[in-house]
Parts: sequence; structure tokens; C-alpha cells
Amino acid sequence: MVAIPSRHKSLVLLAGVVVVQVLFLAVQIKRVSQGRLIRSWTVGAISPFERTGAWGFGRVRSVWRHYFALQDASRENESLRRENSALKLQVEELRSKAGEADRLALLINFRQLNHNVPMLGARVIGASPDTASETIFLDRGEHDGIRRNMAVITPDGVVGKIIEAFQNSAQVLLLTDKDSGVGAMLADSRIQSPVGGTGEPLLVMKYVANDDTVNLGERVVTSGMDRIFPKDLPVGTVTEIKPGNPFKLIRVRPAANLERLEEVIVLLTLRPLEVHKEAEPSTSDAAEKTASGHSTTAKP
Amino acid sequence: MINDTFDLRSAESHIEVHKFRTGAVAAATIFSLVVQALLPVYFPKADILDLPLLITIYFGLSRRNPSTGLLLGMVIGLLQDSLSKSPLGLYGIAKTIIGYTASSIGARLDTEHPAARFALTAVFFGLHQGVIVLIRRLLLAQPEAWFTARLGIAAGVNAIVAVFLFLLLDHLRKPS
Repeated sequence: MVAIPSRHKSLVLLAGVVVVQVLFLAVQIKRVSQGRLIRSWTVGAISPFERTGAWGFGRVRSVWRHYFALQDASRENESLRRENSALKLQVEELRSKAGEADRLALLINFRQLNHNVPMLGARVIGASPDTASETIFLDRGEHDGIRRNMAVITPDGVVGKIIEAFQNSAQVLLLTDKDSGVGAMLADSRIQSPVGGTGEPLLVMKYVANDDTVNLGERVVTSGMDRIFPKDLPVGTVTEIKPGNPFKLIRVRPAANLERLEEVIVLLTLRPLEVHKEAEPSTSDAAEKTASGHSTTAKP
Repeated sequence: MINDTFDLRSAESHIEVHKFRTGAVAAATIFSLVVQALLPVYFPKADILDLPLLITIYFGLSRRNPSTGLLLGMVIGLLQDSLSKSPLGLYGIAKTIIGYTASSIGARLDTEHPAARFALTAVFFGLHQGVIVLIRRLLLAQPEAWFTARLGIAAGVNAIVAVFLFLLLDHLRKPS
């Protein structure tokens, strides 16, 4: 057997380690659908630290805000924020009573309309350490009933979907990720087209023909066609429209603040959901029924 | 008295090989991964940092053993892959190469000066990104830009952070 000179041993080791990992990558590309045990172990080992870190971080931030940094201003600010939120809610309630349909009214009613759909609040405990992907980790997992492909939302709109569920944590693929997508439609014209991420803060609406009319500021909502997200949840707002070939280039600002997520809602069902048609926000009936406490069940 | 610092290759070079307190490497690795995952939740702009890369570079430059450098890089990279949605091995390969290169360079040059650390970190950041883009293009069929302004800024920011982080990590060394 040929002896390897000692000065080359580390180089041979480097080559060996890289080759093994390349093969490892190749195996994964063929078997992307299978779960990976090392991921489960690593996330299981790291998530307690993340959880502790998030708790500690929250405590330190709380102490800093309330005792060191501008004690009065911080409290006043929080009070004003609370008041502001309460006023916003009041405005939405008034709008609802007046028969105007808007996305928040639908979301407030979403739980009533889907009272048989279990939902779970979860806290964001970490983000992806990989700068090229847009994922977050939640402090709830399989133990709490979370499974792959469950929808994740906030009261503002769609966040993403669960791509991995571990014992006590779960990984969410955000809408802004390059591999992410959601069945969507324009709220006014009801033109359907998937919306996907680009790795940047804005989303892209992909297949709207040049002949179709789209307006700046138009709302984009879920279509329910992906069988993950219920129909009519806010996805975002059209911020840029350019003619393209063969489709328009439409950029959409996400409705949920995906860069500042701290708490989200996971819809604990894998059944396709629908908001009952009578309760759709585009009809004044919906708002009237909402105001009068009318609710219907989600259709599986 | 145990002398934990010794000269590399005796009289050929007077570059010190540093040893670290027990558990320092593991603790620094876990700390970097946890902070890397936590910071962007509270400060979205912080995703420009790559703390696991900085840890790989630091221990590579300090320990100056290519074999341990590449193995540490591999472990850190695979852990980073496990916490992201990237295929396992993407960051593993990149950090293996960085660990090896940093250790090899550390064995030949004195890398203790802040200016040297700044320059080396910026170069290693570029190399790391280059390897990742190469793997994405060749193996994963994911076209990605070789260079963007954001990457240039990220290289500078990581190099600046590295200068201060490395000074902190120097305290984990066993006294010579």
C-alpha cells in the first residue's frame, strides 16, 4: 500500500471529508421527502438553548426597557400602543357594522367561522442561521399537535407553513423564502395566481396575464387552491406592476410583518379549509352577519 | 507546570499554537449557533452576521492544525445546516474548506494582529460564499449571484465583528 506523506495527510483528510459530504448532499437531493434524523437531533439539542435564550433575552429586554432605558417614555409608549390597538379595533368594529368588508373583520371572525378548527398560538424562538433561507422556529411541536404542511398565520395575514415538526419545536418556511408559495388571488378582480417568495422582503405574483387589469394597492388574498391556507386570508398588497412576457411582473408586500414575528397562530388541521361563502368579506351581508354574531362552520 | 503553548515546527517558525480551556470550543460553537438563531428574531438586520463562520475561522487560525480545523469546520457547518432548511452538507463543505484553509494559513502567518484578522475574515467570508454559490449552482441547480452589494457589506461587517469577537475569544485560551 502506498504511504501518504505526513505533510499531505491533512489534505487527504480534507478531500475525504468534502467528498463524503458531497455524496451526502447527493443522497439528500434524491430523497428530499424523507425526514432526517440528524436534523431532529440537532434541533432537539439546540432548541432548549434557543428557548432559554429567548426567555432570557425577553427578561433582559423587559428589565432594560422598564428600569433603565427611558422608564417613563417606554411605559407611555406601551400605553399609547395599547390604546392605539384598542382604537384600531374599534374602527374595525364600526366598519364592520357599517357593512364594509375588510380583511381584519374576516380574521376576527375567522375563529368563529371555523370554531371546529383547532388553532394554537406559538412563540418564535429562532430564525434560520442560513442567510439564504427564510425560516423560523416555533416553541411548539409534534407534542402540541403540529404536523408538516400546517398553515401558519398572524392576525395580519399569512406567514408560511410548517416544513418540519420536531418533538417540542417546529420549523416554518416563511412566505418570503425562494421555495415558498401560496395559492392566491386579487381581492377585487378575483384573478387567481400563486404568490411566491424571492428571498427578499417583497413577494411576487407569478402568472397574471398582461391583459388582466391589476391596480396598485389592490389586496391579495388566499384562494384556498393550495389546500393548506383557508380562502380569503390576507397575503399582501400590490406595490409594483410591470408588463412582462408573457405575464405581468407583480410585486406584493406581505400583509404580515415577516421580519418582526414574535408570535404566530398555527392552524392545527391538514384538511382544506374554507370560510363559508356567506361570510366572505366582499359582501355587505357578511359584515351584517358578523355584527349580528352569525357564524358558520368550516367545511372540511 | 504544564506548558500548553508550544512553538510550531520548533525553530522553523515561532508562531504559537494556542490551546483552549476545556469545553471552550464546544461552548463557543453552541453559543454562536444559538445567538445566530436568536438575533434575527429581535434584530432582523443581524442576519447579515455569520457567527458560526467567525468561530470556525478563529479556532482554525488559533489552533493551526489543518486536520482539527477542517473537522471543526465540518461539525459547525453540519450543525448550521441542520438548523436551516439547506441540504445537509452545504454549509458543512464550505466550513470544512474554511477550517482547513484558516488552519493552514494560521500555521504560516502570525494572525494575532487586528488588521490581519480583519483582512483574513473578509477574505474567508468571500471564499465561504464562493463555495456555497458553487455548490448551489453545480449540485443543487440553484442559480445564485456570485456577488451582490449586500455580500460586500456583509464581508465588511463580519470582519469588523470578528476583530472584537476574536479579542473576547482570546480570553478562552489557556495561559502560556
